[in-house]
Amino acid sequence: MLIRKPSDIKPSEITDRDVYRNRRQFIQRAAAVLAAGAIGARRAQAAVPGKLALPAIRKSAYSTNEPPNSLKDITSYNNFYEFGTEKDDPARHAGRLRVRPWTVAVSGEVRRPRTFDIDELIKLAPLEERIYRLRCVEAWSMVIPWVGYPLAELIKRVEPTGNAKFVEFRTLHDPEQMPGQRAFFGSLDWPYVEGLRMDEAMHPLAILCFGLYGEVLPNQNGAPVRIVVPWKYGFKSAKSIVSIRFVEKEPVNSWQKANPREYGFYSNVNPNRDHPRWSQKRERRIPDFFARRETVIFNGYGDQVASLYAGMDLMKFY
Amino acid sequence: MQPLSKRIAAAKAAVFALALAPLGWLVAGALFFPDWLTANPGEFIDRETGRWTLRFLLVTLAVTPLRALTGWNWLLRFRRMLGLYAFFYGVMHLSSYVTFRRFFDLSEILKDIAERPFMTAGFTALVLMIPLAVTSTNAMVRRLGARRWQLLHRLVYVIAPLGALHYWFMVKRDITQPAIYAAVLAVLLGWRIIAWLRERQRVMVPRPS
Repeated sequence: MLIRKPSDIKPSEITDRDVYRNRRQFIQRAAAVLAAGAIGARRAQAAVPGKLALPAIRKSAYSTNEPPNSLKDITSYNNFYEFGTEKDDPARHAGRLRVRPWTVAVSGEVRRPRTFDIDELIKLAPLEERIYRLRCVEAWSMVIPWVGYPLAELIKRVEPTGNAKFVEFRTLHDPEQMPGQRAFFGSLDWPYVEGLRMDEAMHPLAILCFGLYGEVLPNQNGAPVRIVVPWKYGFKSAKSIVSIRFVEKEPVNSWQKANPREYGFYSNVNPNRDHPRWSQKRERRIPDFFARRETVIFNGYGDQVASLYAGMDLMKFY
Repeated sequence: MQPLSKRIAAAKAAVFALALAPLGWLVAGALFFPDWLTANPGEFIDRETGRWTLRFLLVTLAVTPLRALTGWNWLLRFRRMLGLYAFFYGVMHLSSYVTFRRFFDLSEILKDIAERPFMTAGFTALVLMIPLAVTSTNAMVRRLGARRWQLLHRLVYVIAPLGALHYWFMVKRDITQPAIYAAVLAVLLGWRIIAWLRERQRVMVPRPS
């Protein structure tokens, strides 16, 4: 197993300084508004991370030393169909999402099923910064400094039974807060479902994520809790999770249900297995104009995860 | 007579400049205002040039029905320019695909065209536009003769549906946008079918035996 030395570069040194400073200013101002109890405070509450600070964050040897994308790129360009199918829809509409109170129900084939309050879940294990590559199935990629802890930490605590072969994740289903769920055609079946095989979920690279750039996860990126599975296409990393269920049968994830020919259960990043409608050989590293970067199998995490798929035909189990 | 043709010349110049605005906007965004083109500028340029190709195709196809409905025969004077702009943005779209999306990887490009139906459709549509662009000059109309020229230019009835299909099958899940384009195209082509059926009826019915 290859474990890289953690990078000495702090994200704050890489992010565009203006972006960073503006964000701090915004948080400070918004906090002042909250303190004053001014009009609009209720609205601001959902969007302001300042109030919901994260505990101490450690560095991780799993982080890449590639320079992360700017906070602006990460928070203004992504897929989150619950808020609409355009890339700017999440940033435009996610302000409506109320991230407190929030609970995550852990159920199914476990000896200790229970419902976690989000603030309790954040404190379950020490938080780490994980700077990961993210490869979207649409052939663009970013480098993102997530904050979270290994999903395995949660899994160990609920004690899965021998029948637990897969883990199924569900995203909040509330059309009131998630306007994309009101679309009467052209979207997905709700709630959004994703799944991992038990050994994938237990892998130290798979994290339960609560933050970005050292602060609470912005709503559009899957607040208040999401998973990040960096060797798989982005859509596998379910956002705004309300339920984690341990099951015996392979879950049917939302994209597979929508189009089984194009999207499978595994969805490992694989330049050799093209999407039926486009090549996966190269990718655009945002904000580059050109898709000049060669995509690497398992998104470059092959040294760590390839053994999970030993003997499997990756062209068949896509 | 003179004032009218003068006004048309001025309007043509205005339409010419206006039709370049989308390109100007993309170029300005690429050079000076990155915010205009999202975090994924290559993709954005790809999409926008494609959409503008379709828009110009639809506007070109709208000239005849509009002219028939309003009696504004001067509309015809803009049709060639609009059609050529459709071709122009089509070429931009292909160039953006070759450079930004495929980074000049010829084998991947050929694979796209040969194996992916929506790419085959889009590429065919653009190739079919070439003879129309080439024969768009007055000299070529004279050389071909009006009848043959018109016959050739009916290719647009193949090109536009191929373009709409290309868009439809490219989309990952939400087909709202391509459906709007397809609906407009259906109206424009449907109008022609109805007009043609009526014309046939008019010719056939009053014939006494």
